[in-house]
Amino acid sequence: MIRIELLTESSLIICFGEGIDPSLSLCIRQAVDAIDARFGALLTDMVPSYNSLHITFCLGRVCGPDLRTELLQLLQRLESEPVGGQVQIEHDIPVYYGTEVALDLEQVALCSGLSRKQVIALHCATPYRVYAIGFSPGFCYLGTIPEQLATPRKDTPRSRVRAGSVAIAERQTAIYPDDSPGGWQVLGRTPQPMHPADSKAPRLQVGDLVRFCAIDRREFLALGGKLD
Amino acid sequence: MINPGPLSQIQDFGRYGQQRIGYTQGGPMDEHAFLWANRLLDNAPEAAQIEITYGGLQLRALDATMAAVTGADLGATLNGIPLAPWHSFYLAAGDTLLFNFPRKGLRSYLAVKGGLQVSPRLGSCATVMREKIGGLDGQGGKLRQGDRIPCLGQEKSQPMRVRPAYIPDYDKLLILRLIAGYQYHHFPAETLRRFFSSRYGVSQQSDRMGYRLIGAPVECSLKGIVSEGISYGAVQIPGDGQPIVLMKDRQTIGGYPKLGCIASLDAGQLAQRMPGATVCFRRVGLDEVSEERSQFNRFFGLIC
Repeated sequence: MIRIELLTESSLIICFGEGIDPSLSLCIRQAVDAIDARFGALLTDMVPSYNSLHITFCLGRVCGPDLRTELLQLLQRLESEPVGGQVQIEHDIPVYYGTEVALDLEQVALCSGLSRKQVIALHCATPYRVYAIGFSPGFCYLGTIPEQLATPRKDTPRSRVRAGSVAIAERQTAIYPDDSPGGWQVLGRTPQPMHPADSKAPRLQVGDLVRFCAIDRREFLALGGKLD
Repeated sequence: MINPGPLSQIQDFGRYGQQRIGYTQGGPMDEHAFLWANRLLDNAPEAAQIEITYGGLQLRALDATMAAVTGADLGATLNGIPLAPWHSFYLAAGDTLLFNFPRKGLRSYLAVKGGLQVSPRLGSCATVMREKIGGLDGQGGKLRQGDRIPCLGQEKSQPMRVRPAYIPDYDKLLILRLIAGYQYHHFPAETLRRFFSSRYGVSQQSDRMGYRLIGAPVECSLKGIVSEGISYGAVQIPGDGQPIVLMKDRQTIGGYPKLGCIASLDAGQLAQRMPGATVCFRRVGLDEVSEERSQFNRFFGLIC
């Protein structure tokens, strides 16, 4: 079930399963802690995601094939141990879905055969789990959005997506915490600061829940939102 | 700093251990040139330097120090006299150092004895503009006119040079050695044949995050993957089929399918190519490049 693939001279990826599955998030969370405790001194970075854990290691301290063997043994031991429960924290994030900022809402509506209003209602309907943090500081990968909304990434990524943009790709959704290049379909924008360096930003953690709430233009501007 | 040019940044060997909260690795685009500059001065391998992209930089020494320049030939001069890269030299108080424009390669490294004295943020002073972290101001700013960059004043010592055999030719056709990844089998055989027999041009839209290549489109049976961590040198294929090689300031996670990764030392050579330069790919075994990289790390005293 668990597979480890060597990628470069000093990196590998552990694949815990296929697709997006909330139970994998708990396995990965547990693996991160166990690997850190046992092999932390050999590693330079760990990037947990939905169903994988990317690891960079010190080539001067361990070689890839040896580390893979050690990791497999550790993970097999972990699989036989029970996973503890966890507390759910839910964050409400206001989103303005107006045309000035919803650059791809029309496209998503066309692809899904839904009206703009239906797309917005569906996007706000359920809370989403933080499956991973990455891509840029504080960028949270949230899932899973309703199947009707699933839209592929843009064929050519935009060179700049504005901070606060709320976007979707496949069955995922996210908020861009800062201006950044990106290939996701933009549905709206939040006035809420999201960058971890901003003291007003919510402290989102892997495993938390996020719920989007539609706001109008006036509320967006009153909350400090920018339309440029 | 009299004139910083279009892109001159403080870089050490990179920011480690922060990718799990989304901060990129950063650090020198050309590790080979960076490490030689520190070695010429007997510095720690990760000591902070200035990475000068394109040239246009002019600075005056306020204190005397030994210094070294490696990497691209940006037509540098010391008090108006041509200064070839790949050696160390004495910089006296009042000396003016000028980097003109690219003649060979794209990025030059300027190191001083003892390293630039810049405060780290999250363990590193590597400048990442997009993340607003590192650099002289700690906010990811590139170097600006009027900046004063702290150095340890130093006595004159014997200048050193890099042996010509170790100096790469940045003008030659670059062959990027590809380590096939676990999504490799999702690319049709015909596409792979064309990929390895084609030449690709470096796009204008190439930067410290990634090098976009232009050429025969690469088809993939996967449209997207569940986002996962990305290695340095990963070759990702977006929907338009034009490969992107992920570099030092790459996003930590992404969802485009990947052919694999290029050898880390080849990624550094790619960083010296200007838009319009030509590259091609060939396959390599992981054992071969791991051995090469281990020797490289031992030579420069790197643990990671």
